[in-house]
Amino acid sequence: MRRNWSLYPYILWMVLFTIVPILLVLYYSLLADGGGFSLTLSHYARVFEPLYLAVIWRSILLALVSTVICLLLGYPVAMILAASPAKQQFSLIVLFVVPMWMNFLARTYAWMSLLETNGIINTVLGFFGIEPLSMLYTSGAVVLGMVYNYLPFMVFPIFTVLRKLDPSLLEAAEDLGANPLKTFMKVIFPLSLPGVLSGITMVFMPAVTTFVISQLLGGGQFTLIGNLIQQQYLRTYDWGFGSSLSIILMVIILLSMGLISRSNAYEEGGIL
Amino acid sequence: MSAGLAGIMLLAAAGCGSGGKETLNVYNWGDYIDPQVLKDFEKEYNIKVVYEQFDTNEDMYVKVANASGQYDVAIPSDYMIRKMINEDMLLPVDMGKITNYGEIEDRFKGLAYDAEDRYSVPYMWGTVGILYNKTMVDDVVDSWDILWNPKYAKKIFMINSLRDSIGITLKRLGYSLNTKDLQEIEAAKAALIEQKPLVLSYVGDEMKDKMIGGEAALAVFWSGDAAYCMGYNEDLDYVIPKEGSNIWFDAMVIPKTAQNVEAAHLFINYMCRPDVGLKNAEYIGYSSPIGKVREQLPAEITEDVAFYPGVEDLKNSEVFEDLSDTLVIYDRIWTEVLAE
Repeated sequence: MRRNWSLYPYILWMVLFTIVPILLVLYYSLLADGGGFSLTLSHYARVFEPLYLAVIWRSILLALVSTVICLLLGYPVAMILAASPAKQQFSLIVLFVVPMWMNFLARTYAWMSLLETNGIINTVLGFFGIEPLSMLYTSGAVVLGMVYNYLPFMVFPIFTVLRKLDPSLLEAAEDLGANPLKTFMKVIFPLSLPGVLSGITMVFMPAVTTFVISQLLGGGQFTLIGNLIQQQYLRTYDWGFGSSLSIILMVIILLSMGLISRSNAYEEGGIL
Repeated sequence: MSAGLAGIMLLAAAGCGSGGKETLNVYNWGDYIDPQVLKDFEKEYNIKVVYEQFDTNEDMYVKVANASGQYDVAIPSDYMIRKMINEDMLLPVDMGKITNYGEIEDRFKGLAYDAEDRYSVPYMWGTVGILYNKTMVDDVVDSWDILWNPKYAKKIFMINSLRDSIGITLKRLGYSLNTKDLQEIEAAKAALIEQKPLVLSYVGDEMKDKMIGGEAALAVFWSGDAAYCMGYNEDLDYVIPKEGSNIWFDAMVIPKTAQNVEAAHLFINYMCRPDVGLKNAEYIGYSSPIGKVREQLPAEITEDVAFYPGVEDLKNSEVFEDLSDTLVIYDRIWTEVLAE
């Protein structure tokens, strides 16, 4: 009984700040324009026009590319972290975490002054007689911004799983004649999958919904679904279309999470 | 829990502050007033000014629409004022109480967004034009066409603001920037898509630093921001293209939900006083609609047609009107251009 009581604040919190807002968004997405309370699916029909599908596709693609790069970069980092001695481990983690204490916007602005035509990188290249490269306002800059900002979200879940890995399993693999590559493929990687999957979730979700990174580093040329939603709410007051875009985005995320957890059916959870 | 609640209620009670000074809530653009003016007003009328700032008309609209009773005076732009009038969000200004209203030049009265001068009193005005870097551009800059010149590929900044970007494109094509004609709007869209490969970026406020730093050769700019940049980089110059442009106004209005209407009138009247207007114009660098302010500013500013253009210089230019239902089409086109 006591346990039930202690749950109520959380239930209240969830209802007030999760369920009610989602229902409101759903309501606005179905509300017909021009006042009254008549419902319509026209906002959803608009989402499926080729123009907006292209934007959704671009968002998913850029988020996927960033997620893959984060995984390729993050996995070795997590392994190095997990393998390093405790004292060193601590300093390495601090080095990773400290930049995250700085405001996300400030860090993204910093990339702008690094990448711009008269920016720091091009100035340094200029010393070696290299012509300025145009780096800012490209899709590459957007991916860079996502990878830079979300990499820690990939590293830490993998690191946590790897650290808890029983060393005797690795010894056993070695004793049974597996070479390091085989040990990794057959033992380490499969066991670290829960961490990998939650890393993928934690990188993909913010990457697919971002509007700040694409605005600042993409220069507004790479409209993502996040930019589209922001514009509907703040510029054109089309809350109906903005809400239906938000709902579709939530569905996309739910579906991809569903796919991931299904592929992870044999695991005992560990996913976020 | 209950202690916390009591604390919150105490705070709320303190915030209400029964007795003490009268307060006036003012809502204005960021960095858009001489702070001394607020202090002087407080002293002169013994009214405490609570001053809040916004970044875009759209942000202001959402807050005024949802936070009833928060603001006694707001200073939005023309098309937004029209929208607020249409939606019955504003109180008429009692012009009998604005004794300094005569100081406003006649050419700034009776403008389309408030044709009968019932709801708004102009605060500042300006234009949209091209800010360019003289060291990077060797053609004469007098037409919007230069923003479509492949010679300056990837050296052009456009504003990420649909009314401005579509507006100047319509002007370049010889149409009105308030057009509701679908063919004209489609033509503007085609032109913007054609221009896209030449554009370095569609940007907002950060454009100022980028132009000062010489990141691009040409940019679509608001006149006051252009003046700010020219103060930091002597290579920059500003022109209003010959095809005409947008003249915009920021004007003082009283939201219907205002709590202190009396003080709002005092404030608006105070802001129209020539000595106060001069302080503001000198501080923020935008153009004042008050005749005596213009006379007192240094000649080098007021004789520059880029910043104090005469009636003749503006004959092709227009004020934004609220597009009502057509705004959705403009938005769709802007989305299509950016998503292309």
